[in-house]
Amino acid sequence: MENIAPQLYTLLVFMVIGSIVAVETKNLLSAVISVSAVGFALSVAFLFMGAPDIAITQLVVEVLVLIILIRGTILLDNTAVETHRDTLAVVASLIFFGLLLGFGAMIFGSKGFPEFGEPLMRVSRVYVQTGLPATYAANIVTSVILDFRAYDTLGEATVLFTSVLGALALLRKDGKVKGEEVATA
Amino acid sequence: MKGMTLIVKTITDFVVAFIVVFGAYIVLYGHLTPGGGFAGGVIIACAFILLLLAHGSDAAFAVLPEKVAHIFDSAGALAFLIIGWVGVTGGFFFLNVFGRGEAFRLLSSGMILPLNIAIAFKVGSSLFLVFAALAMFRRRSFRAMIEEELS
Repeated sequence: MENIAPQLYTLLVFMVIGSIVAVETKNLLSAVISVSAVGFALSVAFLFMGAPDIAITQLVVEVLVLIILIRGTILLDNTAVETHRDTLAVVASLIFFGLLLGFGAMIFGSKGFPEFGEPLMRVSRVYVQTGLPATYAANIVTSVILDFRAYDTLGEATVLFTSVLGALALLRKDGKVKGEEVATA
Repeated sequence: MKGMTLIVKTITDFVVAFIVVFGAYIVLYGHLTPGGGFAGGVIIACAFILLLLAHGSDAAFAVLPEKVAHIFDSAGALAFLIIGWVGVTGGFFFLNVFGRGEAFRLLSSGMILPLNIAIAFKVGSSLFLVFAALAMFRRRSFRAMIEEELS
């Protein structure tokens, strides 16, 4: 595999800048667009790492989320937020970031990062070696998520089903009494 | 939502069928090429959302009524579960008991193709429903706000 580190680092810097803009900007629309830019960069990063399946899914979900956030949720006259940041939240984030860096240094500090895709774990070796003969699916990702790990995909489908049920129950128009939220609160 | 200008409507009429066909291709060839039920379902949902944005919610619901989308949503989830239970006849939940066929052909790999189609129906209709519900909610709350201002 050729060296893809320069491209990945460029995308990483872009994503970090996009995230900072999304958090710091005062305009909600700019924040939404910055978050989407981060998602598209992540999709390109997946392509560089040789994962077209994930790249396609990331791309289409990003497009859908962008449309929903802009068109479905942001009111035209309420695009500015006026909240000030919680000190405790900032301190907690900094502590956890420090812990992440510390543990990363403990684990990878002496030996350095392993090669990309190395070592091949025991379970994934079985998937890679028996994926085609066991399922006859040419796309190994599909053979994993819908054959070896179909039970996980069932859980994922259940999560989506439940969340859609919840969204429709909250946003329904039939059988909703005016002032219901106030009465039940 | 009353829709957008004539230019957007015309372009939408041109491209919407191609988007649906591309989504169906991503779904049906999910076990051969990159893609699969989830990505293809989202692409198909995007086609209907484009229809909703360009022509308004009435036109979109004329193509895919809310009730039908509900039925597709539930039927996709149920079909997924039923295909899993079919595997029990061979011994395990989600055992691939269907004929495997020949590798690199469209009709191969047993239950993966029907599972992909079930997920596509589920994901496509449910994401379209979420978008439609949010659009309706926004319009209604917007109208309520204006009425409050006027009264």
